[in-house]
Amino acid sequence: MSRCAEFVLWFEECDIHSVPRVGGKCASLGELLKAEIPVPPGYAITTDSYWRFIEEAGIKGDILRIVNSVKNDNLDAAEDASAKIRGFIENASISIELEDFIGEYYRCLSNNCNFPAVPSAVRSSATAEDMPDASFAGQQDTFLWIRGIDDILSRVKQCWSSLYTSRAIAYRNKMGYSHDQVGISVAVQKMVKSFTAGVMFTINPATGDISTIAIDANWGFGESVVCGETTPDHFIINKVTFEIIKRNISHKECLFTLNQETHSVEKREIPLEKRDDQCILDTEAVELARIGKLIEKHYGKPMDIEWAIDKDLPQNGQIMILQSRPETVWSQKKNEPVYQPKSSAMDHIVASLIAGKKLS
Amino acid sequence: MSKSKFPSPHEIKTIPGTEGWERMYPYYYQFTTENKERAEYENSTFWFNDALHYPEPLHPFDVIWDEAWFLSLSQYCSKYFKIPPANGVDHRIINGNIYISPVGVADPNEIGARVPLFMERAGYYFENWNSLEEKWKKKMEDIIKELEAMKFDQLPDIEDLARVKRGDGISTGYELLSNYDRLIDLGIRCWQYHFEFLNLGYAAYVTFVDFCTKAFPDIPLQRITQMVGGIDVIMYRPDEELKKLAKLSIELKIDKDVGGSDNLDAVLAKLQKSEGGKKWIQAWDKAKYPWFYISTGTGWYHSDCCWNDDLNIPLNSMRIYIEKLQKGQSIDRPLEKVQADRERITKEYRGLLKTDEDRKTFDQLQGTAKLVFPYVENHLFFVEHWFHSIFWNKVRDVAAIMKSHGIIKDIEDIWFMQRGEIKEALWDLVTAWASVVKPYGAIHWPKEIEWRKGVFKKFKEWKAPEALGTPPEVVTEPFTIVLWGVTNESLRGWLKLREIGDPDKVTEITGFAASPGVAEGIARVCRSVQEINSLKDGEILVSPTTSPSWAPVFQKIKACVTDVGGIMSHAAIVCREYGMPAVVGTGQSTKIIKTGMKIRVNGDTGRIDILR
Repeated sequence: MSRCAEFVLWFEECDIHSVPRVGGKCASLGELLKAEIPVPPGYAITTDSYWRFIEEAGIKGDILRIVNSVKNDNLDAAEDASAKIRGFIENASISIELEDFIGEYYRCLSNNCNFPAVPSAVRSSATAEDMPDASFAGQQDTFLWIRGIDDILSRVKQCWSSLYTSRAIAYRNKMGYSHDQVGISVAVQKMVKSFTAGVMFTINPATGDISTIAIDANWGFGESVVCGETTPDHFIINKVTFEIIKRNISHKECLFTLNQETHSVEKREIPLEKRDDQCILDTEAVELARIGKLIEKHYGKPMDIEWAIDKDLPQNGQIMILQSRPETVWSQKKNEPVYQPKSSAMDHIVASLIAGKKLS
Repeated sequence: MSKSKFPSPHEIKTIPGTEGWERMYPYYYQFTTENKERAEYENSTFWFNDALHYPEPLHPFDVIWDEAWFLSLSQYCSKYFKIPPANGVDHRIINGNIYISPVGVADPNEIGARVPLFMERAGYYFENWNSLEEKWKKKMEDIIKELEAMKFDQLPDIEDLARVKRGDGISTGYELLSNYDRLIDLGIRCWQYHFEFLNLGYAAYVTFVDFCTKAFPDIPLQRITQMVGGIDVIMYRPDEELKKLAKLSIELKIDKDVGGSDNLDAVLAKLQKSEGGKKWIQAWDKAKYPWFYISTGTGWYHSDCCWNDDLNIPLNSMRIYIEKLQKGQSIDRPLEKVQADRERITKEYRGLLKTDEDRKTFDQLQGTAKLVFPYVENHLFFVEHWFHSIFWNKVRDVAAIMKSHGIIKDIEDIWFMQRGEIKEALWDLVTAWASVVKPYGAIHWPKEIEWRKGVFKKFKEWKAPEALGTPPEVVTEPFTIVLWGVTNESLRGWLKLREIGDPDKVTEITGFAASPGVAEGIARVCRSVQEINSLKDGEILVSPTTSPSWAPVFQKIKACVTDVGGIMSHAAIVCREYGMPAVVGTGQSTKIIKTGMKIRVNGDTGRIDILR
């Protein structure tokens, strides 16, 4: 029997060095966990799984034959090849042993989340240069609210087959990458059931103050905050001392919640009695800020972060970071000194005395 | 800022029955419409009630310190250091309430011309700060020694023969006049010293504050203060002495005797009987000088007695510590934590600055602010507490002589006379003594003082407007900014309370967020330190202001609210150390909040909710 760790890895076991095996997405999730930044739990199905799959299914030769026949700039041919290859992959079956590895990890994940057949996201995790860009692959092949091992496995195959979209084929041809060298990894990650969610900036977007963290929060999924559907609760927290400097509790009218049948997120009205309630606890706001500070430290720059609080998860571990990207507005401003440099404190004091303090 | 919301100083109506009150105070403190130019100046100027120093109306004598700082603060701005844009602070009085107004330099050319003068003069002080501050301490100790040595004896029926044989050639009557002059002079002189470093200290601090708030618009003021404040400041010393005495009593196993009574005489009588007791009494006596000259108030009022005036006060404060120690609780200030927090916060803020230039400026300004801060915190003990406490009692010695000649009926009546009037009355007294006739003052003053007492009672019931005249757009006077915290927010808060009018309808008061955290609980309004015994564990203290002699209270309460004071006030500093919420400078909490009310104090936002 082969070693399980060749084929599946918890995010905790991934890091920057495992990019070739688990792809950029899973590697960065692993890095975040190492920095003690909580991301939704899950695991990577490694590129070795992919290789073993096409080997065991006996489709490797066919794939390469078809893809290698596509001429560089022939988009129709690429389109055609893609459809054929993806059909092979998605219709082939996974060996029992490989299925066991993937299934066993899924069962563990469900156990850890205290949720049978835990709803998960299945998405491809490209190994950097194989794909036009990571987000391109990611957008195409993210499957949300997937439950049960059978559905998981079929989505995994869809992710594997995304290695052969027409665009990916054309791209590798153009760049001169060899098709027989590229593999793909897949991430299986718990879907966060947001009780409350929102965004967090590790800089005050209103003032540009880098010593504060701004949090916007609403009930339900973060869409309502991201899309500006409602006025969220607003917190300003001191990044140095974690004291809450400002707390604006607003009248929140709508939220986004999960429709259990369609597995889609839909907009609903917030019950009247909850509209004016503070939607995250002070302690949660402070904990979020603490995590925000870690994320900023991890990336070395002010960040724009999507987060959620999932009350299904055990206490002390309910806050989840969904997405972090660099803040762009203030960070792109030129850093002018606060005071023009002067040779002595006295010079500064005189300048400040003369300027005085404006009252209005 | 709306310009017309505060009343004009000339609109204030005399309280019925107090007509003629003006003669209780110096003529130059009056608002006037007599002269058009002066009236216009007064009307176009912004005056605010100096409730920080004077939460209650001033007795005529007590105006002495106001006059003293009127001169001292202003002269250092305009004549001594030439602070480029500031000429000091102008003063007025209405119904015993002091109104002050910063005087700026309007002409930009003049400001420019003053810069090099200021650089040279203030620069010298900053460069030689520590040695000049040492000199200052010596000057203060000398002046206090001289004050302590002053004697005011009753006038004899006949001069001592020895005086004749020495050929002194002067009388006890003359000496009374001369010593009274000297007493007043020492007081004024002490206040000259008071401001020697203070303007510069505040200027350095204000600049650091300004830099920090520009670099970090959301930074709480208390964090800036935390980065420059001292740890082991003199103002804590009296309280530390009490802690030491409490510990000593435990060590000597006499804590039951020391803590057993609220009366010092009873305690001492018991302690005299044992060796340990005697040892403790020695330590107690040693702590009294000078540390028990700490005033129970701010030291600005003659009625602020110090611990040495009533030794039962420190005894009872110390009993709180003994009780805690007996229960095995710690009474030590968390010094290491305070120090570590300070260093971490400074390092982190510095690290957040975006450029090396900023870090250099930060170091320059924080360094200077730290250099000056010990003075800013320590001078209070020397002047307002130590000197004042002795001074008031010397004036009482003078009053005793006046009383024995019938000029006043009671020693405490003297406070209803201005210092100049006392000098006149002493002339009246000594000339009558010399010529063996009756002083006119014995007819004039008792009647006048009775009238003044009636007027003063009405003053106390009068609600002084927080401000008068026209608010300016820019304040450049460093004191106005730091000490009184006159900012847009505080003015807006004052205006809001005025609009509500009826104190029973107020549900929300705002002030300065002085120490973070939120606490909800039962309010206990204490107007003076004598009332603190009524405080129960876990209550929220609401007081006009606090001073170091209130320190033990902070072991019992869970939050603190004061009428006056900025984020550098005593209550603010102590609460930050104990990590309990405080809102200070609220204007009128003691008038609006009543003991027993349920309130919520938010030290993060500076808001107090009255839940009733």
